[in-house]
This record gives sequence, C-alpha cells and structure tokens, in this order.
Amino acid sequence: MAAITTTALRDGDHYVIQGQKTWASRGAFADWLFGLFRTDPSSERHHGLTFVLVPLDTAGVTVRPIAQLDGETGFAEVFFDGARVPVENRLGPEGEGWSVAMATAGFERGLMLRSPARFQETAARLVALLRENGAGIEAPLRDDVVRCWMGAEAYALETYRTVSRLLAGGKIGAEASLNKIFWSELDIRMHELALQILGDRAELLPEAPAAQGVGTWLDSYLFALSGPIYAGTNEIQRNIVAERILGMPR
Amino acid sequence: MDFRHGEDPLLFQETLRDFLAKECTPEAVRATWESKTGRSPALWKKLAEIGATGLLVPEAQGGAGFDETTAVLLLEEAGRAALPEPLVGTATVAAPLLRELGGALAAEWLPRIAAGEAIVAVGHPVSPFVEDAHVADLLLLSAGESELHAVRPAEARLTEQPANDPGRRIASVDFAPTAATRVAEGERARALLAAALDRGALACAAEALGVCDRLIGSAVAYTSQRKQFGKPVGSFQAVKHLLANVKVKLEYARPVVWRAAWSVAQGSAHRGVHVSMAKLAACEAAALGVRNALQAHGAIGYTWEQDLHLWLRRAWSLEQSWGRSSFHLGRVRRAVLDDGLPIGPGTTFLGGA
Repeated sequence: MAAITTTALRDGDHYVIQGQKTWASRGAFADWLFGLFRTDPSSERHHGLTFVLVPLDTAGVTVRPIAQLDGETGFAEVFFDGARVPVENRLGPEGEGWSVAMATAGFERGLMLRSPARFQETAARLVALLRENGAGIEAPLRDDVVRCWMGAEAYALETYRTVSRLLAGGKIGAEASLNKIFWSELDIRMHELALQILGDRAELLPEAPAAQGVGTWLDSYLFALSGPIYAGTNEIQRNIVAERILGMPR
Repeated sequence: MDFRHGEDPLLFQETLRDFLAKECTPEAVRATWESKTGRSPALWKKLAEIGATGLLVPEAQGGAGFDETTAVLLLEEAGRAALPEPLVGTATVAAPLLRELGGALAAEWLPRIAAGEAIVAVGHPVSPFVEDAHVADLLLLSAGESELHAVRPAEARLTEQPANDPGRRIASVDFAPTAATRVAEGERARALLAAALDRGALACAAEALGVCDRLIGSAVAYTSQRKQFGKPVGSFQAVKHLLANVKVKLEYARPVVWRAAWSVAQGSAHRGVHVSMAKLAACEAAALGVRNALQAHGAIGYTWEQDLHLWLRRAWSLEQSWGRSSFHLGRVRRAVLDDGLPIGPGTTFLGGA
C-alpha cells in the first residue's frame, strides 16, 4: 500500500484524481470508494498519502468489474481520469492518510469484520455435518473436525482478550496480523474438511440432481481461499508479526 | 467475560518474574540438574517467602489465598525460567487437594506447604510415574480409580526413573493401601482425582505458555545477532516466518488457558473439556516452539552447552505430565461428538457459576 502512485492533486477546493485502483472490494456494486491517494507527488512510501472518499458516479471515474474464482464480481478495477472530488471528502488531515488506513486495516484483519460468531457457527455446522454423515468417516478426520471447533473457540477467546485489553486502555496494533493469519487458515481448514465429509457430492453445484443437502460448502470454500490473500497476504502478516511484535531485524 | 487481571495478581506475577530472573538463571538450573535430588531447598524456601508455594492455600492457613486465574500467571513465569521445582505438584495440585480433603490432614499440611517446609507429591492414574516422590514429605496416591491414600515416605518403596529432562525427577511408587492410609474412596475419591487431574493439566498448560514464549525469545535474540551472507539471519523471511508461526500458536493458546483457569476456579460443569483444550493448545504451541526455535538456532541449538535445551526439555516434560495430547484430544472429542456439549456462538462461557 505504501507504493501507491494514484495522485489526488489540490486544485482550489477540489482534489483532481488521476490513476487507477485495483482490487476494490465490492467495487462493482458500490456507490463510494474510500481510498488512499498520493497528495504530495514528491513524497515516498507512507508519507504524503491522504484518505479520500470518492463518489463513484463522479465524472472521470470508470469501474470495470473483475470476476473472482467463484464467478462473482466481488471486486473491481477503478480508473480515474481527472475526477474532481471536493476537499471536504477528505478523512483525517492531508498527508496523514496512512494512519487512517492502518486503523481500518486493523479492524479488517480481525475483531470487527471477522466476528468470532462467524467461525463458531461454521464450526458448529461442520460438527453437525459430521454427525449427519458420520458412518464411514475415518477417525483422523473426526479429530480434525474437533480441532477446528477448538480453533473457533480459541478465536472467540482471543477476541475476548483483545476487548479486555482495549477496555484496559490498550490499542489494536500489529496484533491484528496474528488474527488475520489464524482465522483465514482456520476458515480454509474447516471448509476442506466439510468437502472431505461430503465425499462424492463435494464437487457438485447446487443445481446438480444428486446435490441434495450439499449446502453452500463448495461456494464458501472458494471464498475462504481468498482469506490468506486479501487485507494483506499472510506472508506480509508474518513479516509484520516477526518485525513489529517479535522485534526481528528488517 | 472480562480477561483483565486484578492489580494484585499482576503484581504477584511481576514479582515472581523478577525473582526468577535473578534466582533461577540458566546456570542455577544447570547446577540444580547436577545435584543429587535435582531440587534446591533454599530456592523453595525463598519461593515460599514471596507466597508462591502457598498461592492456592487459604489465608487462614498461612497461604496467599489466590485462585487458579492467578496461578496460571505465576506458572507461566515458572515456565519462562525453566524452574526445576515442584510448583505444579505441590502448590497447584496437592494444596487444593488437601484443602478439599479437609480435616486433620489439611490442618497439618497446608500451613507447611505455604511456609515452604513440605513437599507433597501426587500420584494419579493418568501419570503412573510420580514427580518429586523422592523429596516428598507426604505422598497422596491413588489406588485404582476410586481410592485416595495419604502415605508417609517411609511406607512407600520408590524406584527412581531417570528421564529426558534432568529437571523432571520421577519415580514408580509401590505402597500397601490400608484403611489407615485411605483418605477418600468411591465417588468422593473419583471427584477429588478428577479435580486433581484438571488442576495438574491446567498448571502444565500455563507453564508451557512460558516455555513457548522463552523459546521464541531465545530464537529471536540468537537470529538477531548471528550473521550469514552479511546480514543477521533473522532478517530472512524464511526464518521470520518460522517464529511468527509459533507466536500465532502461543497467542491463541493463552486465552484458552485463561478460560480453563476461570472454569476450574468456578467449578464449571465444562471444567474438564476446557482444561483439555488448554493443555492441547499450550503444549502444541510449545511443541512448535521446540521445532522452530531449534531450527532457527541451527547446529548451536543442538548442543548441550547452549541453554536452549533447558526449555526444549521442559516442553517435552510438560507434554508427558498430567495427560498427553492424545488423552486430552480424546476428552474433547467425546464431549463434542458424543456427549452433546453445547457448541456454536454464545456457548464459550456456559457451565460457569
């Protein structure tokens, strides 16, 4: 994100935006795009960036939907060609966009977007799936299901701990990177196991005649695969954990 | 659920951490390893002075009167220092067991534990080898699954079993159970033994957190100064990711241990499954810490002279103590798949008072 080249240059009481954003989540249906733009063209890395809220019906903005692995247009490329946005659409001070974006990324990587109930619910459905299809399921697979349920509980407990830390005056910092790694990998594991339990039906689309009771596991599996990629890949998160939490050399 | 700890428990933890950093250095641990008993009565006495041996002994009997939610903070420090003293057996298993037994036995032994004047070892069906039996002043031993006996050392025959961790001193114990030694039987004995198992496993889990944290810390320190290709090896992503993975496991184990401590202190209906989850999570975090910290150290970590193995051995000992991972996974599996434990959103703290 620190390599942003799309500029928003001041012209009176407007920013004039030039460039392109890729992987705008839900960009194909959105009315607004919230993003980081370089307002100081001579700046580098995370300096000189500003957080601006852009209505997508502004003249000079073109949205091109991108189809995902699951066939849905979940994100988009957005092109800006001299799009004029009022200065009042700025969030936070000019040049301080990085800290605004980091605050939102902290929420995106854990706590707010990824509520523990979501994974506890998936784990409970996985246990139910195992019960319904129990006959013939090998013991190691049963243990893996139990481990996933424990993972979802650990995620919930860690969220309680984070909230307790915030209540005691703490902040969400680099710890959000730990969350991101944990839930994204747990989510994939739960869906992989569900597909194993479904057996022959795992590959069937809902309209297939033999798909009865297959549910949405395949679709959710494809979505889960995006978890270790979006909001900063898990490799980047591991670098953050190592450098900012453990203090390893850059 | 609020995981904020009170001021007193946090102060107690900090006090113990500072004390052990001074008194339980790697050199001191190695010196204790070399001694005949593998234990330091002088250190045990000092631990008693700061309140650690009597942490779960009621204040009326000279103890600090804390519960398990504080005990796990202290045991994490014991793990961080690789403390080779019977804090798990005597302070967190035997003391509450004596408290629950009550009567003359509790009146005699609880003040002595708090004062650092007695070591009480516990033998349980889940661990046939009894830790610290060789230095115990009293042995609390199961006979089968439903009898508990209080046995004087003179009435027991010990066969010491040298083990991988010189800080873990274990023995097979033979004794003749009699009506005179029996202190509980039947349902009551089973309940006491179940509580002892949960306290022992919880204590090991808490200690494993500290071991894991220290393993990460040692590997970070070593890879930050050891250079290769003109850079600290810790600047390479392959090394960073090894240790980041351990950190993820550790931070997702700690609140599981804290919840188990709460369940034990509350006498939760789901105490056993919560403790088993804690033991699994913490010992698996420590096991990954063992593998990855050793790998990050390279050959020097594979030597006797480097201190890393003090914590490698603690991690292995803790896995062996109070139920191995397969035992605890079995308990969780039966609860979730067979016994209808409530699961899903909103169930995490069910079963408490």
